[in-house]
Amino acid sequence: MRMDIGDARVAGNASGRLAIEARGLVKRFDGFTAVDGVDLSVPEGAIYGILGPNGAGKTTTLRMLLGIIEPDAGYRRILGADRPHDVSRAIGYLPEERGLYPAMKATDAIAFIGALRGLPQKEGRRRGRELLEAHGLGYAADRQIRQLSKGMAQQVQILGTLVHRPRLVVLDEPFSGLDALNQGKLETVIRGLAEEGTTVIFSTHVIAHAERLCDEVAIIAGGKVPFAGPVDVARDRIPPQVRLETCASDGPWRAGLPQDARREGRYWNFTLPDSGIEPLLRTLIEGDAGILSLSIERAGLHDAFVAIAGEAAARALEVGKPEESAK
Amino acid sequence: MSTEPRAQAGRLSKLAAAYVIARRDFVAILFSRSFIFFLLGPVFMAGVASFSGGLGEQMRVAARQPHLGVALPAGEVDALLAAQGPLSAQLGDAVPPVVVLRRLAPGESFAARPALTQGRRDSIAAVLTGTLAHPVLTGTKQQLDEWRGPVGLVVAAAVHGVPGPLPEMALQNTASSAASEHKDQLLTAQLSQTLLFLLTMLLAGMVLSNLVEEKGNKVIEILAAAIPMDAVFFGKLFAMLGVSFVGIAVWGAVGGLFLAMTGGGLGALPVPAVGWPMLIGLGIVYFAMAYLLLGSVFLAIGSLAATVREVQTLSMPATMMQLGVFFLASYAMTQPGSPAETFAVVFPFSSPFAMLARAAQQPDLGQHILAIGWQALCVLVMVRLGSQLFRRRVMKSGPAGTRKRRWFRRAWA
Repeated sequence: MRMDIGDARVAGNASGRLAIEARGLVKRFDGFTAVDGVDLSVPEGAIYGILGPNGAGKTTTLRMLLGIIEPDAGYRRILGADRPHDVSRAIGYLPEERGLYPAMKATDAIAFIGALRGLPQKEGRRRGRELLEAHGLGYAADRQIRQLSKGMAQQVQILGTLVHRPRLVVLDEPFSGLDALNQGKLETVIRGLAEEGTTVIFSTHVIAHAERLCDEVAIIAGGKVPFAGPVDVARDRIPPQVRLETCASDGPWRAGLPQDARREGRYWNFTLPDSGIEPLLRTLIEGDAGILSLSIERAGLHDAFVAIAGEAAARALEVGKPEESAK
Repeated sequence: MSTEPRAQAGRLSKLAAAYVIARRDFVAILFSRSFIFFLLGPVFMAGVASFSGGLGEQMRVAARQPHLGVALPAGEVDALLAAQGPLSAQLGDAVPPVVVLRRLAPGESFAARPALTQGRRDSIAAVLTGTLAHPVLTGTKQQLDEWRGPVGLVVAAAVHGVPGPLPEMALQNTASSAASEHKDQLLTAQLSQTLLFLLTMLLAGMVLSNLVEEKGNKVIEILAAAIPMDAVFFGKLFAMLGVSFVGIAVWGAVGGLFLAMTGGGLGALPVPAVGWPMLIGLGIVYFAMAYLLLGSVFLAIGSLAATVREVQTLSMPATMMQLGVFFLASYAMTQPGSPAETFAVVFPFSSPFAMLARAAQQPDLGQHILAIGWQALCVLVMVRLGSQLFRRRVMKSGPAGTRKRRWFRRAWA
């Protein structure tokens, strides 16, 4: 299992086929529109993130994609099938609300989840034991789920999601409930899956995970998807930011700074002008600004999220509260 | 992990998916504490059965008063009927009601003993033959002792027009009569019905607890994502049915051992009309039908509720309905051929109970084929409806669900 994210991205985009295609998905619950016309195109082999605050419609979207609930409008095609259950053997799913039978042993729990996807029970047990060993949980193989910590039980469930070697893995908030160490391990697992050609789609309200892992993201807010596409394209929605440090605090060069330039301590921060950096550099040099440092920072996904989804959604994302209450 | 073959596209068949669910549930329940309570169920059942048996006996006495069968020369029958009416009005239940078995032509004879064993429907307890001048009363010793006086009184009134000296009456003692046989078979029917009811309720309760547990531990979404909800529904129902058969096997073995040790056996119990092997076979089939019907209702209820409390509240009407069904079937058992009994036979939820009672009382097997076919059809419809509701409701999320939960809380507060 390699950890090179670059390789995974190349693999993800190589086939050009879509693992998931959804158009105009709508889901209403007694008048309340939880998901309102969502379009998604997830390339085969990609790591795809659905990014949004709680209550934005991430889980409902994933449930519709998997056929757990039926959309009120729109259509979805999963691994080439109109009905997700028709290809359920090739899908692995980790729901947001983790659930295992407390009295089951860890290996049996993994085998059971595999059996639901068509993996013979005996083979599931064998693979389950191997997976637990490989992930440092071999000692817990014969322990009942109720005897495991919450984090360990969650890892067992993640392994159950993967035991039948699915072509498409759907993870709903997979990082919640895991400590930092296990979050890192899970990121490694996800990259490894993509490297093997598995499509991974996960929802998260933590931008850092999406930024580190994803080839493409869908930003979802208020049941709508204002942006879906490569992470780079999302970040390019925000012009790069320039951070400038000068010797002189004032001078004719200041007139050459863009209008949005603001001083923060010794630094000037402003958006990179459309004309590029060269004309500005020329002005600074000719105006004896005395450049001590100058950096051009590309916008992060967080900034892109704020720009695309709005401040309210971003605040909801940060505090982890439902979008409605944040508004 | 990378050396393992990749999963193929496609899906499990509904049958295979249901089997995965049924196997998990079956093993889990078999090794759970609730199965121990299930096995101990007969201890509680015995208490309830003895209570309901007593209740049923009272109903039976009221509903099925033994009759006097009459086979006399044509003219004498009318005289006897004319005498019986006023006497019955004066003396009440002491004078037995009369059923005319045959108006005899001159020189015709009548066999009283076969009439006693064949006259189940009319509950013939004794038969009056001969002539009014030389009456012959045939019945069990107990019945003859009870009725020789009142019947003699009626005969005397028929002969003299007013109560007069009692005639010489010949008494023919038989080992059993239709009425006593019927009474015994009623007891068998009653026991079978009670057993069926309690077992069904116990199982339906267990399947409901199982679903609530599933909702509680959030496994349901994993199941719903992987396989059709119909398969989950079927798997759960049949797992519990399998568990119940294990329980029945255990009870049968323990009961058989007990009977072997005490020297008892089924022979000590009243023989059902269809015989013991057939009654046991039909009992298993009717039990399966009753359980599947009720289980599908309970599972559908389970899918509607979000919490254990809601499940308990919602299952109450279903439990009451089933109790009503049981009482209907118990009552109908004592009224063969009545509209109530016909309704109990046709109404899907009471049909297994009513038909099991019939098996204990009537030897005709053809009716059971029809009834089982009808019940199987109803099971299919109910399971289908239940699974559709289950599928629609069990994974419903969003504000609507919350609103409905609030509504439930208000409605049942």
